[in-house]
Amino acid sequence: MDLWNHILLGVQVCLDPLNLLFCFIGVVMGTLVGVLPGLGPTAAIAILLPNTFHVSPVTAIIMLAGIYYGAMYGGSTTSILVNIPGEASSVITCLDGYQMARKGRAGAALGIAAFGSFIAGTIAVLGLMLVAPPLAKFALAFGPPEYFSLMLLGIAILIYLAAGSILKALIMAVFGLLIGTIGMDSISATQRLTCGLLELCDGVGLIPAIMGLFGVAEVIANVEQEIKREFVTTRVRNLLPTLQDWKDSIWPMIRGGFLGFFIGILPGPAPVISAFTSYAIEKKLSKHPEKFGTGMIEGVAGPEAANNAATGGAFIPLFTLGIPSNSVIAVLLGAFMIHGIQPGPMLIANHPDLFWGTIISMYIGNAMLLVLNLPLIGIWVQVLKVPYPILFPLILLFCLVGVFSLNYSKVEVSLMIGFGVFGYLARKFQFEMAPLVLALVIGPMMESKLRLSLVISHGSPLIFVEKPISALFLLISLALLISPMISKIGKRRQKLQKIVEGEEV
Amino acid sequence: MNRWKVVGLTAAISFLLIVSAGAQNFPTGPIAYMNPFNPGGEVDIAARAMQPYLEKAFAQPFVINYLPGAGGALCWSKLAAAKPDGYTIGGFSIPHIILQPIFMKDVAYKSDDFVIFSIVEYTPIGLAVKKDSPVNTFKEFVEYTKANPGKINCGGVGKFTGHHFATLQYMKLSGAKVNYVTFQGTSEVQTALLGGHIDAAFTNSTLLVTSRDQIKVLAVGSPQRMSQLKDIPTFEELGFKMYPRIARGAMGPKAIPKDIQKVIEKAFLDTTSQPDFKVKMEKAGFVPQVMGIAESHKFLEAEAVTIKQLAKDFDLK
Repeated sequence: MDLWNHILLGVQVCLDPLNLLFCFIGVVMGTLVGVLPGLGPTAAIAILLPNTFHVSPVTAIIMLAGIYYGAMYGGSTTSILVNIPGEASSVITCLDGYQMARKGRAGAALGIAAFGSFIAGTIAVLGLMLVAPPLAKFALAFGPPEYFSLMLLGIAILIYLAAGSILKALIMAVFGLLIGTIGMDSISATQRLTCGLLELCDGVGLIPAIMGLFGVAEVIANVEQEIKREFVTTRVRNLLPTLQDWKDSIWPMIRGGFLGFFIGILPGPAPVISAFTSYAIEKKLSKHPEKFGTGMIEGVAGPEAANNAATGGAFIPLFTLGIPSNSVIAVLLGAFMIHGIQPGPMLIANHPDLFWGTIISMYIGNAMLLVLNLPLIGIWVQVLKVPYPILFPLILLFCLVGVFSLNYSKVEVSLMIGFGVFGYLARKFQFEMAPLVLALVIGPMMESKLRLSLVISHGSPLIFVEKPISALFLLISLALLISPMISKIGKRRQKLQKIVEGEEV
Repeated sequence: MNRWKVVGLTAAISFLLIVSAGAQNFPTGPIAYMNPFNPGGEVDIAARAMQPYLEKAFAQPFVINYLPGAGGALCWSKLAAAKPDGYTIGGFSIPHIILQPIFMKDVAYKSDDFVIFSIVEYTPIGLAVKKDSPVNTFKEFVEYTKANPGKINCGGVGKFTGHHFATLQYMKLSGAKVNYVTFQGTSEVQTALLGGHIDAAFTNSTLLVTSRDQIKVLAVGSPQRMSQLKDIPTFEELGFKMYPRIARGAMGPKAIPKDIQKVIEKAFLDTTSQPDFKVKMEKAGFVPQVMGIAESHKFLEAEAVTIKQLAKDFDLK
């Protein structure tokens, strides 16, 4: 069978010691970069790119790809341990992962995150192997109207993320949308709300916002609470997930894997969107949706699986069409070109060793990451035992350095601190951060696609219903929005709200 | 008295030696290259391709830093104010550095704040239509757009950019009116065109070469036919005297001493005249150039004239 020959070719390429070494370096660098707040896979790939000139393109791509999916593994670690997402896609993991850590179940959370990422990574690679070209066509069918409707669906899904008051979640989401309008307008290049600062021309950066809302705010909140000793003294039992954890998580992982893979194919911030869509789906399917946000393992397993699978899916447009889905893949694309490889539909045909070698290296890379991450869990958990007076200033330092190292911009650091203060105040009034962050991610895209669609349709809003895929998403959004009004679900919501509002943050 | 004279003379001679040595020893440390766009873009690819040769020419590390933002304006504003010692240089795109100071607010540079060491390559802008478009040649396209004024969707990246102006030039020379659709990056234009969501696009040659088989390329804006697109006519051949293109290279703050400028210029000229560098660039869809300071500035001025005229013709604000 042709597929079998291809796999053998890939294995042959992969077992070359140099390729194995570079794969290892890539995943380790990726994990490191994912753990450190601020630095992301894009920066790591760009920094390591010159070192790849002396080796063959296959080796280079294997390493660079390793950095990308490695970063997804690493990003969950700090989310779970200290409620600071290492990557934008790990924001969702903070919701339940951190709560699990507070209950002494950090090990289980980290373990499930690692296993979930591995399983999802495998699903994604299988998908890549088997269905790459037809799926690429699927991605092309998404034009601006389809994107807008998908983003609108995303906003509707945001409501399902709200553990507490929907109204408060919506307020935060709208605020996020508002912040998302800061910057240069996508169509006419007018500057909005930038206060004359060139740094704000591209909008408020996601990293300063996340670091501020989750990192700085968390530090301030904890300092105010005068360090609850009980957290530190709880012995961390069960470094690994229990059988019950596995039973609870296996389906979320598989669902997350498939979901992430398909969403990953679409250009855009796929890991973020797939993570929170997975969370919303798990919450909807769960028998105890009210417990989400207090430490449900499904809320870690699903999103973590989804964001890893999305990285695999993101390779499809790259390999089949030569289109980069996001900034990380764009750097990879540049790497292709620098190494003299022509991206495009002929890539797989002209460079089979590159394609299959990279695919098999992803299996191996995922396995390496699992092996690396599991023993590390014990070490990471020790971090929690560091006394707060030392831990929190360190976290603050990491955030400051991380944000500054991005663009050497004092404006961004000030923004982060501003967000930190805002985040702290918001917590006091029991507002959630996640809707704001997600609106910040989705908002600008939604607006630009909306306006692009209207330009293409010469001003007619009918384009959104004329296109079948777009109409479908709009229908689902409508259904989601109306459903709370249906009494059965509405009552459930009210019950959920009461439970959450009653608790202290 | 005599002793003071000797001291004075020694001081004068040492001063002269140091000053000239400054230029002779340049560079004594790493050169920082500011990339105004994100990694993986065209400026980055050119810079990476040049990096090994430049490091040899300078005998120093050539460090590529990224300072994206505001379509390049952030980097260029910082570059204009950078220390003019030759250790901080940056990439640029023409026509961006001409258009931004005119049309963008709060931009802290002008195109004549810089000395352009070399234009390293340009990507001619060409016209492509979607695969299932009813037109097959440029002539048919002209008729089609004239028959449907304002209805044909033509994509490009940003406003006040090379693509935008290519579209304007086309409208001026043909008398037709198309609907310009603004995207935020070449890959978005690519996806939209391949998916058939827009009818046509004036876009970079790199895209035309890569996606050749999935779109119909009708014309290209280079003075002669591109070697990578041998069967595609140029606009000039088709009777349209337009040469839209985005030119890229390296520049630095104007106040860099002339002798240091020459050292940098030579390094770039040596790099761009390497045959294997040219081959790499061509394979990726660029048209490599070998231009020094004087030629580059002449190019800049000529483009500025065309662009300012277009802006006036279309009454752009």
